[in-house]
Amino acid sequence: MRLMAAAALAALVFADGAVAAERPRCGVPDYLLFGESPLNRVSKVVATQKQLRIAVVGTGSSALAGPDGPPSAYPARLEAVLGQRLPPVEVKVVTLLRTRLTAEDLAKGMDKLVADEKPNLVIWQTGTIDAIRRIDPDAFKGALEDGVERLNRGGADVILMNMQYSPRTETMISMTPYADVMRVVAQHFDTPLFDRLGIMRHWSETGAFDLYAAGRDNVLAHRVHDCIGRAIAALVINAGKLPAVPAAQAGR
Amino acid sequence: MHSPVVTSTGRDLRLDLFRGLALWLIFLDHIPSNVVSWITIRNYGFSDATEIFIFISGYTAAFVYGRAMLERGFVVAGARILKRAWQIYVAHIFLFAIYLAEISYVATSFENPLYAEEMNILDFLKQPDQTIVQALLLKFKPANMDVLPLYIVLLIVFPPVLWLLQRAPTAALAASAAMYVLAWWLNINLAAYQEGVWYFNPFAWQLLFVFGAWCALGGAERLGPALRSAFTTGLALAYIAFAIVIAFTWYIPGFNRLIHLPVWFEDLIYPIDKTNLDVLRFAHFLALAAVTVRFVPQTWPALKSWVLYPAIICGQHSLEIFCLGIFLAFAGHFAMVEVSAAIWMQILISALGIIIMIGTAALIMWYKTVEGRGPTTRPKASNADLAGGEA
Repeated sequence: MRLMAAAALAALVFADGAVAAERPRCGVPDYLLFGESPLNRVSKVVATQKQLRIAVVGTGSSALAGPDGPPSAYPARLEAVLGQRLPPVEVKVVTLLRTRLTAEDLAKGMDKLVADEKPNLVIWQTGTIDAIRRIDPDAFKGALEDGVERLNRGGADVILMNMQYSPRTETMISMTPYADVMRVVAQHFDTPLFDRLGIMRHWSETGAFDLYAAGRDNVLAHRVHDCIGRAIAALVINAGKLPAVPAAQAGR
Repeated sequence: MHSPVVTSTGRDLRLDLFRGLALWLIFLDHIPSNVVSWITIRNYGFSDATEIFIFISGYTAAFVYGRAMLERGFVVAGARILKRAWQIYVAHIFLFAIYLAEISYVATSFENPLYAEEMNILDFLKQPDQTIVQALLLKFKPANMDVLPLYIVLLIVFPPVLWLLQRAPTAALAASAAMYVLAWWLNINLAAYQEGVWYFNPFAWQLLFVFGAWCALGGAERLGPALRSAFTTGLALAYIAFAIVIAFTWYIPGFNRLIHLPVWFEDLIYPIDKTNLDVLRFAHFLALAAVTVRFVPQTWPALKSWVLYPAIICGQHSLEIFCLGIFLAFAGHFAMVEVSAAIWMQILISALGIIIMIGTAALIMWYKTVEGRGPTTRPKASNADLAGGEA
């Protein structure tokens, strides 16, 4: 809820802080989405080769179940939106799902990932399993640093993506220490952080989505993933300083 | 052994007051996504109500059991301390049962496909043989249930610590500080189940508890003049102001761009480690304490007024009210999930919770009075009631 007050303040301080993401329903204030960390390799490869290979490495919350799950999950949405907004660029997004793995487990696989997939950008979604298992935050930090180093060494830019905002399980899973660590590591490596936790909390507080809903509502899950895909696309374009078609014109 | 901050009636109401307030803040902070938690101190600096709670607990433990140790000897006082640890253990297990009930309910009622991954939190229900035993051993501790296990461990080792504090207070405090440094240096902590370590590292947090005890046994008197000096007060206020500025960079977007902390400075201070009682947190607590002691004298008339009475009685029954607060935070969150999470609801839940805490404290006091155990009927009681909810 602190973000709500923060948002109110931000509205005062940055009255011009226009909405970054595309549709009014999943608007994200700039301060939640954009930072100052660049994606230099992305800028370069788009400018010189007109292509962009993105690998999403993550756990269960990077996917949706069911037959219509994969095309609706945020990696596929990201690919679609980037394709629309960067018409001359060939954008490819691969998802490497590693369910139930902690950051430490994931970090070990980063060398192989870079070698196999040769991504220009890796979106590393992590933290949820670590928070559930209450891994030592220091160990979590070490694993993140190790993973980001391996990725950078392998020639890929990195966006760290933190956990989902899950109001129903909030008393059971303590996310904050892990989200804080991810922010520190992102800052240390000057790499962008996609603050999924803050963004989804913002959506919940502004009434964009009812994240308290308990039922088997696939529609909600698909819409949230669509919005996440759009928001990451906006972040990639902003941090990579890519010459993109404005969202409003690219939208379907 | 005489403590200057203790009145002739044996009770420093400031301790009760601030412990009561800390209990309210802990309750508010434990309700997730609660707009009212904006008022709690963790948003305006490095430390939070936990530091206050642990420090005052150390203070009162030394005060109560210190007297018992002088009057009745090591064995009797030690036995009382262990009895207290046992009570807290039982309270912790009671809270764990409530947690199990809540999580089991969630397991069967919550099916949102968006949160399939978060449902892994329920994994432990699949191996109750393991997890329940580990919970009894205090190794498995769900989120928000870390303070009592810390308290239990601190009390279990407290008898020899108290013994040493009475004989060589400076040496005891130095040993405690050395343990704190060692914990940082060698990364010492207790193991948790299934992996990881204790959220509140007892080897680090003991410093606050022992420091509280040291203050109770005459340390506060020795520190008194230095603590009340203009220099200390100025330094403390400056540090508190610094912490507020840093805290605002977390919550007010763009503020950190305005202030622009240098990267080396950020690398230096972050992360502010709660597990190991970061030095920044400890110093922040000390600054708050110094300012409080300076501006809230023990003879402050308001301490006897009806306005502060509700907080004081909560502080006087801290174990019961602490547990109740944890339970109410669970229940409040449950109400938010099931009924509404609107802002009016958050305010209502926060207010109701505090009213229930006050009502319960009053009820417990009434029980003790009618049973003839209250402080009013036995002013010289050397047992726990005196120092407010025992220790």
